[in-house]
Amino acid sequence: MRWRYLSHSIRKYSKDANGFQVGIVGAGPAGFYCAQQLLKKIPGCQIDIYERLPVPFGLVRYGVAPDHPEVKNVINTFTKTASNENIRFIGNVSLGCHITLAQLKHSYNAVVLAYGADEDRKLNIAGENVSNVVSATKFIGWYNGLPADKNIKVDLDVEHAVIVGQGNVALDVARILLSPVDELRKTDITEYSLEALTQSKVKKVTLVGRRGPLQVAFTIKELREMLKLPGVSTHFFENQMNDIDKVINDLPRPRKRLMQLMYDASQKTEVRNKLFDILFLRTPISILGTSKIEGIELAVNHLEGERAVVTDEKYTLKCELAFRSIGYRSVQADPDIPFDKMSSTVPQSTGVYSVGWLSSGPVGVILSTMSNAFQAATLIGQHFDKGLLGERKPGYDYISKILEDKGIITVDWNGWMKIDKVEVERGIKHGKPREKIVDIDEMLQIGGILK
Amino acid sequence: MSVKLLKYIVSNSCIRSRVHNMKYMSTVNNDKPIKVTFNKANGDKIIAEGKKGDSLLDVIINNNLDFDGYGACEGTLTCSTCHVILDSKDYDALPDKPSDEELDMLDLAYNLTDTSRLGCQIILEEKLDGLEVKVPATVNDARYN
Repeated sequence: MRWRYLSHSIRKYSKDANGFQVGIVGAGPAGFYCAQQLLKKIPGCQIDIYERLPVPFGLVRYGVAPDHPEVKNVINTFTKTASNENIRFIGNVSLGCHITLAQLKHSYNAVVLAYGADEDRKLNIAGENVSNVVSATKFIGWYNGLPADKNIKVDLDVEHAVIVGQGNVALDVARILLSPVDELRKTDITEYSLEALTQSKVKKVTLVGRRGPLQVAFTIKELREMLKLPGVSTHFFENQMNDIDKVINDLPRPRKRLMQLMYDASQKTEVRNKLFDILFLRTPISILGTSKIEGIELAVNHLEGERAVVTDEKYTLKCELAFRSIGYRSVQADPDIPFDKMSSTVPQSTGVYSVGWLSSGPVGVILSTMSNAFQAATLIGQHFDKGLLGERKPGYDYISKILEDKGIITVDWNGWMKIDKVEVERGIKHGKPREKIVDIDEMLQIGGILK
Repeated sequence: MSVKLLKYIVSNSCIRSRVHNMKYMSTVNNDKPIKVTFNKANGDKIIAEGKKGDSLLDVIINNNLDFDGYGACEGTLTCSTCHVILDSKDYDALPDKPSDEELDMLDLAYNLTDTSRLGCQIILEEKLDGLEVKVPATVNDARYN
């Protein structure tokens, strides 16, 4: 009896392994921030982080723009977390393909779903499938070296590109298209996309949004960068910024500063070599062109409150390239996941948790993801303290057998360090911080383990 | 022996090597510790010391203070995780006003106030000795902490 009490106390309070097993699915910022906080909330717990790709960091590696290297500094914190002896990274394992939620629940006291939102929302209009209508997400994946997107077709031998959507993803795409290529050469952008961007003829990018200036989703830092791009002038259509100055002062500070910056920009008339256009109050109705895009037919909207309402008036925008950038959606990776189809998110439940975009929906900067992941970790800590997750679980012992039986090659943290080293060495040749490996087989050859 | 004389002797003996001289300068003249108090959202009061030229973020890192998620971008003005709130008197007394880029990041911070700054942009100097700042919760949720 005494021994049992003692061993319980040791399990709960000791810094050494306490037998509590956590399985996290997704090695992006949400997964890592959650792991970091769990180490504090439940000292001695074992955390296994599964990642579909052989390499970690999710959108920090594949979403953050190559010319924003400072944002990627969070990798240093994640690497520190990963070096904790109670954290195990298991790359190249996919939930819903190699393992199931039921198997994870069998193995872990807490399963944390952190696999994000990687499906882009479609416009669902006629002509969307003609060539050179590209998903902004895939374009970003392409220049960032995401293996699945390395072969997407985008013809940059055109002058005018349209981006549907007015968030930071849209601005990232616009900035990459309009930036002087020499600025990108020093970044970790993939060599093949640098080559394509060097040949690019794009001189004009139009950002189209359904609503008005007051409703834009991009943040001020990203707009300020556009306004400072060398050789690019920013224009607004048809006096759409008129009268904005009358309401600016009544707005809360963040909106107020953003609107002031936009308004000041709209008052400038300088014309430079390249053009960045912002067009409000338009909804795409159809893509024009039979095999290749020739333009977009838009409906003119007006606002009722915050809502855009389509009118009968039409407006045609000629272009030879279009990106859709109207948001992401999470998918249900496994049929057993308690997935809310309406919001495409996973609510918290005892034993199965969600963090990051899968939990909050695909909005917000890294701070919001961090905050969300910390909260989920706090909730798991509370459930642990209440003894709701008490059963003894086998952890990775169970899953590793499944992977072994299926002959899955996995990548551990050491394997990632090997891949990282090769990428950094290849980068030196091109004067870049790294040259990403875009072929999964090559990654596995360098860092893979087959039991 | 007066302090002045001692200083004279020490600096003369170091003058052969500029490096030594610099070292001497920084350890004796400028290294008076500057005290900062961090009042955390959960009520904790943490007093730490830094030296002239350190940012508040440096103070937190150099003293290994455990502030969740603080300084995610490592002081490169690309996040707002090192948000601190000052008294208006202290805010006005800071030598540098926030840049547009700092304000842009602060605009994304939770619990933004008119006297908010980023800790990585507040550089310590002697007159700031005894500075007290509020560290708002990192997360946008009153239930947390």
